[in-house]
Amino acid sequence: MVNVLKLATRNLLRYHRRTSLTASLITLGIIAVLMFVALSGSFKALMIGQITDSMLGHLQIHRKGYVASIDNLPLNLLMKPGAVKKIESQLEQMPQLAAWSPRIKFSAMFSNFTETTGIRLNGIDPLREAATCPLLPGRLSDGTAEGGLVQQGRLLIPDIIARGMKVKVGDTVVLVATNQDGSVNGQTFVVQGVLESATGPGGRDAYMHIDDARSLLRLEDASLSEYAVRLNDPAQLPQVMAELNASLGQMLNQQGKPALEVHDWKKLTPFTAIANMIDLLTLFIKVMLVGIVLISIMNVMVMAVYERMREIGTLAAIGTPPRRILGLFVAEGLLLGLAGTVIGTLISLGAVGLLRVYPVYFDFGRQENLQLVPSLAAGDVLFIGVLVTIIAVLASLQPAWKASRMDPITALRAV
Amino acid sequence: MSLVHAAGLEKSYRVGEVTVPAIRGADFTIEPASFVSFVGPSGSGKSTLLNMIGCLDRPSGGKLTVLDTDVATLDRHSAAAFRGTHIGFVFQDFNLVPVLSVYENVEYPLVMVQNWPATQRRARVLELLEAVGMSDQADKRPDQLSGGQKQRVAVARALVTRAKLVLADEPTANLDHATAYRVIELMKKMRDDFGTTFLFSTHDPKIMEAAEVIYTLEDGRIQQGGAHHG
Repeated sequence: MVNVLKLATRNLLRYHRRTSLTASLITLGIIAVLMFVALSGSFKALMIGQITDSMLGHLQIHRKGYVASIDNLPLNLLMKPGAVKKIESQLEQMPQLAAWSPRIKFSAMFSNFTETTGIRLNGIDPLREAATCPLLPGRLSDGTAEGGLVQQGRLLIPDIIARGMKVKVGDTVVLVATNQDGSVNGQTFVVQGVLESATGPGGRDAYMHIDDARSLLRLEDASLSEYAVRLNDPAQLPQVMAELNASLGQMLNQQGKPALEVHDWKKLTPFTAIANMIDLLTLFIKVMLVGIVLISIMNVMVMAVYERMREIGTLAAIGTPPRRILGLFVAEGLLLGLAGTVIGTLISLGAVGLLRVYPVYFDFGRQENLQLVPSLAAGDVLFIGVLVTIIAVLASLQPAWKASRMDPITALRAV
Repeated sequence: MSLVHAAGLEKSYRVGEVTVPAIRGADFTIEPASFVSFVGPSGSGKSTLLNMIGCLDRPSGGKLTVLDTDVATLDRHSAAAFRGTHIGFVFQDFNLVPVLSVYENVEYPLVMVQNWPATQRRARVLELLEAVGMSDQADKRPDQLSGGQKQRVAVARALVTRAKLVLADEPTANLDHATAYRVIELMKKMRDDFGTTFLFSTHDPKIMEAAEVIYTLEDGRIQQGGAHHG
């Protein structure tokens, strides 16, 4: 094996210009894929972080059927106090959770006494909400996060409404909401702060104290719309989901079916489609890399076989077993692929390191100066390396097979 | 026991719809440790005959045995194994592997064909390099050698596996006369030293005189069989 690799290496170096060009092509392909994976992964992680840490949490618990009607924020699908008690008991005993936040979500009419518009309201426990969505206070473009996030009798309103309705911090506004029984209730509130928009459907979301929400909705029990849950380690999401589904799944409704649903952030935001698109693009780029490696190595190996026909004839004539001739050419393809992979990976790791030292900033929607922190997982590097190596071997198989099957007399006669 | 025996040996090729005979009913016997030349003009069938003896090609008719093995019964893999074990080759164009040194070229069959252990390989390669007078050129690449030196290396490579039979198709065609004669003398000395049978083809009358047994071919027929010289 060592001798085959030694001979293969020398044959590659014999045509050093062609070898360098092919290895460079593979190197460029590797760099393109790894850099795209690193940058798109960073972008994705950043966007996911923005969404989960400022709005959704990593997962949410709802009454069954609530998410299907979530656009209407239905009040007839609130979780009952009995369920709320059991859920909180379960959440309390899970060490994987960093925080959780109970919410009452509903639609209301927002009036500045001259104009009226629709608004989505989140009744929250301020301290729990700030712990569950740590980026939420940072979205305050005006006002303060007194009271943990929002004080009783006050509102945090989205800037899209603040600007559209010309409402400022300190202004008094009226909220009118339809209650569970169909009656209507209105109350005045003071604007405590204005929130910048987060990515996704939270653009018209306002926040108020959960007790104010209960008062406005005339809710006399502990019913809730949802729990938003934040994990210590987002990578543990599948295990936590499984554990919650197992424990909460035992709570059945009157039809004998699970009364609650647990959804991860992917099911709750349209950004999932963008994330999937990024994954699809990554796949396309990987397929292109496969094409580059396949064509370039096959091209080089086909040329090598044609150029070295007499040499192949000589090796075959003096008794070299066909499988060894095959191995010789496969080894050349393998080494070519490995060389491109190693150089491409090293350059990519260097470039990722540089981008971490000299970061790149970008704007996304209304969010500015978001910092890209590219990183490469060992698994990604290993996958790409193994993929290219396998493709390099596959690409050289056909020419190698042809060389090993060559008739020695015909090969020896070649010019 | 003869080393090579041919009886009614035929070889023909199909060119389109036409069958072209290359060897027509050749009968000959070659004894061990002999020094044999096949002579004749271009197209007379010398190379075809050597190719069949070297198990590179299969007869179309008749019988050909090499070391008691019927050449017609060997498939591609067993023919390669047979060549690697029993037959050495010396080519007109030397055909050394350009990326290997002189030492490595001679060592090649022991590594890639016969899988000899490293320690035994070294002793054998040095012995052969010494025998062909190329010990001092062991580290050179083929492109640093003269034609005569390359052919010496080729002879060493052919003998390194202790082949019983060495086939040399026009081994002196690309050499000047003096060098060609020295190569033939070397081959003869190797026959004497190692007891290897040498079969070579040539159309150079001066070279053919060096052979001890001469078969003359014309139009695929052996016109004059087993003429003995010297």
